[in-house]
Amino acid sequence: MTRLPAWADYGLLPALNIALAFLVTGVVVAIIGENPVEALATMVEGAFLFPGGIGYTLFYATNFIFTGLAVAVAYQARLFNIGAEGQAALGGIGAAAVALSLDQVLPGLMVVPLAIAAAAAAGLAWAIVPGWLQAYRGSHIVITTIMFNTIAAGLTVTMLAGALRDPRQPNPQTRQVEEAARLPAIHDLARDLGLEAATSPLTLAFPLALLAAVLVWVLIFRTRWGYALRVMGQSEPAAVYAGIPVRRLTLGAMAVSGALAGLMAVNVILGDAGRLVINFTAGYGFTGIAVALMGRAHPVGVVLAALLFGALFQGGTELDYVYRSISREMVLLIQGLIILFCGALSLMLVPWVARALAAFRGPEDAEGRA
Amino acid sequence: MSAPGSDATVAPPAIRLIGITKRFGPVVANAAVDLSVQPGTIHGIVGENGAGKSTLVSILYGFYHADAGAIEIAGRPVQIPDSAAAIALGIGMVHQHFMLVPNFTVLENVMLGAEAAAAAAVADATGTETGPGADVGTDASPGAGAPKGRIGLAAARRAARADLARLAADYGLEVPPDAVTGDLPVGLQQRVEIVKALARGARVLILDEPTGVLTPDETDRFFDILRSLRAQGVTVLLITHKLREIMALCDNVSVMRQGRMVAHRAVADTTREELASLMVGRDVKLEAEHRATDPGPVRLVADALTWRDRAGVARLSDVSLTLRAGEILGLAGVAGNGQSELLDLMSGIAAVQEGRIRLIAGNAERTIDARHPADPRRLRAEGVAHVPEDRHRRGLVLPFAARDNAVLGYQHGADAGAGRWLSPAAMRARCAALMRAFDVRPPDPELRAAGFSGGNQQKLVLAREFEAAPGVLLIGQPTRGVDIGAIEAIHARILAMKEAGAAILLVSVELDEILALSDRIAVINQGRLIGVLPRAEADRHRLGLMMSGVAPTDTGPADTGPATEADDPSRETA
Repeated sequence: MTRLPAWADYGLLPALNIALAFLVTGVVVAIIGENPVEALATMVEGAFLFPGGIGYTLFYATNFIFTGLAVAVAYQARLFNIGAEGQAALGGIGAAAVALSLDQVLPGLMVVPLAIAAAAAAGLAWAIVPGWLQAYRGSHIVITTIMFNTIAAGLTVTMLAGALRDPRQPNPQTRQVEEAARLPAIHDLARDLGLEAATSPLTLAFPLALLAAVLVWVLIFRTRWGYALRVMGQSEPAAVYAGIPVRRLTLGAMAVSGALAGLMAVNVILGDAGRLVINFTAGYGFTGIAVALMGRAHPVGVVLAALLFGALFQGGTELDYVYRSISREMVLLIQGLIILFCGALSLMLVPWVARALAAFRGPEDAEGRA
Repeated sequence: MSAPGSDATVAPPAIRLIGITKRFGPVVANAAVDLSVQPGTIHGIVGENGAGKSTLVSILYGFYHADAGAIEIAGRPVQIPDSAAAIALGIGMVHQHFMLVPNFTVLENVMLGAEAAAAAAVADATGTETGPGADVGTDASPGAGAPKGRIGLAAARRAARADLARLAADYGLEVPPDAVTGDLPVGLQQRVEIVKALARGARVLILDEPTGVLTPDETDRFFDILRSLRAQGVTVLLITHKLREIMALCDNVSVMRQGRMVAHRAVADTTREELASLMVGRDVKLEAEHRATDPGPVRLVADALTWRDRAGVARLSDVSLTLRAGEILGLAGVAGNGQSELLDLMSGIAAVQEGRIRLIAGNAERTIDARHPADPRRLRAEGVAHVPEDRHRRGLVLPFAARDNAVLGYQHGADAGAGRWLSPAAMRARCAALMRAFDVRPPDPELRAAGFSGGNQQKLVLAREFEAAPGVLLIGQPTRGVDIGAIEAIHARILAMKEAGAAILLVSVELDEILALSDRIAVINQGRLIGVLPRAEADRHRLGLMMSGVAPTDTGPADTGPATEADDPSRETA
């Protein structure tokens, strides 16, 4: 197979693929009868330029970082965790249960870490069951995690209609967590420092997500455990040969994956919304799959991909708001195209790029790389 | 003999390649390759892995298209756009891995892809026999002619059956037409492949590493078949890396190195040593210097090991053997007779079911059996190192950098880091040391394992396992897919480990390797240990019989056994 230099592989190629996705979207927009350039400008404005636009972009990106990391960790072990959606939902139940039962008893500074731990623990528990079924009973993890998503959705409804519902109102949602037991909003912190900041749902969950990305990187690339995980992902026969306990590691990988997915709930329950509502996961878990794939299951790639998808999400909302003929579904279309070009067709441009580079650098250099 | 000028006066060459060049991206697989194969000869092509042999015959068989150059078949310039065209030109190919449908009968396999043609041939059967004497053109015509309407398979069956009978009569190539192909021994399956090619009118037969799966005995019979084909005027092109086969069988040989044809020789005028040197481009010592050492204390005892796979089939039955310090026990056998399973048990990859393994180090002894299992990590800690048979699947993680591979299996050790943490710097240093010690090229710890040649990949694995200073060393197929130049170095390393006092089990399907390195030789057949011979009492013939399941007491002294034709010339050069 043709191999590209690292900068082209990790920089140029994804950029070209994204450009291609936007190009095709532009054609669709033109078919609808709108000006693709203006539509793109609207998206960029919405995602970055309007007051609070960046805040919203980063808010969505926070969700995608958590779910993207979740999928990426499992994928490093070649486990396809399709269940981040359900694990995030369980994380929500865990965080809400802890926060709502303690926020009027304990000081906020104690409730927040407990609720965060509860979110991770609940996501972990939800992921480890499919992990166990795969490792010890041979049930395929793709199938079981999908099933667990459905069960998680049902469980969320049951809880919100019952134990967790705020009895003072008729909707399937909890009461709001006390302000003190929630993560501070970034715009509040900025204003405390005397800075201008537009209001947005962005909270400290975003730096928490970045911290998670750093920790995941350390875990995967700087620990013996992560080494074993990567060996298992690249070659199970090699892992067995090396004495790596593949079954136990399957459980471990799913545990970390589920915990990260569960943490996504922190951004919602301890964040701006401050409560658990039906379907708060809103497909972030599924988008996490695309984020992980586009980020090549590497924490840095996941963060970058999450920022892109966050901007798309927010820009799409703006698009929906400005144009009558373009709905939010356009964002789904763009996402789909990006997944198509960056995932399924990610290698499509490789031969052309390789040829272009070879022509650019001169033939002797190309021979040298052989 | 292969000089083009003299060909015009005699018969034109069966195959002539002129200036064949093929590039894959920046890699030049074939650079202006010339080849001339005389009709009715067996012509060998030797070369190291990656020398371009397979690319060359793939071009001849229509799998690849040459970027430049011309092909002549029987003196006529031809284009070979695909394998159908090659078949029409009378070229047949038998691949290293058989292309047979295992659950078809032999007859169905022979018909496969030629049903309509066979039927058409019957439909306008006019009695013209397309015998071996017919030229390429008439042989090709049934294949090229369109079938006339739908003709039932029964007619095709009859035609194929007649073909098989004819081939059996002409070449002595008997195959059971109604046997299920997958049930046949590999030697017979290979014969089916040849019959299949000949049934399509092949006058030129390309054989790619044909003897890899055969016992020495089957190899001898296979050579007899090729000789009788040659006697019938069939031209054989033999791709191999085994110089012994070239010397025993071929009339002429061409040597390839790094995509170029570097020499053509008549086999009568050359030696194994010369061919090896031509392949590598420098002088090569073919035989490692084997020094007998006094075997030391027993380090490992395998005691009545029986192991069944998931289907309950016994892959090992009652296998017992002993490994001593400072001794190499060679395990000979045709691939797939339980060697892999034995290595798996002894290295802890597979769990012991029946019997036991005793590990002895000084006064300490440790028993592994069904109730006391051990995993590879535990066994490594006990000083059992394992060079796996399949380095691509097991011994290396190909997408990983060399430094990551340098600690595979030892990822918990001090060379990989401290505490729970992994240290890339420590791994890099470890890898650099291993590369220096074993002359791995290029000595770049950051290069992905997939980027090294087979020989250098294997050296990296050997370095990792040997430098762990193991008491017991399990080695599977140490030179499989390794260039002849690197084999020399690897054999020397294995002998050095023995002299340093390691107890070594050497598993290899290369009998030459077993004979060159072992102090004692055990032979395995269908999961049973047929016997163990001291090196002095072992020879190819005797081991060959044991490999096919004949107990050593039945074979008698080796020198009274019926020496086959194939053995004689090889012994002289060995």
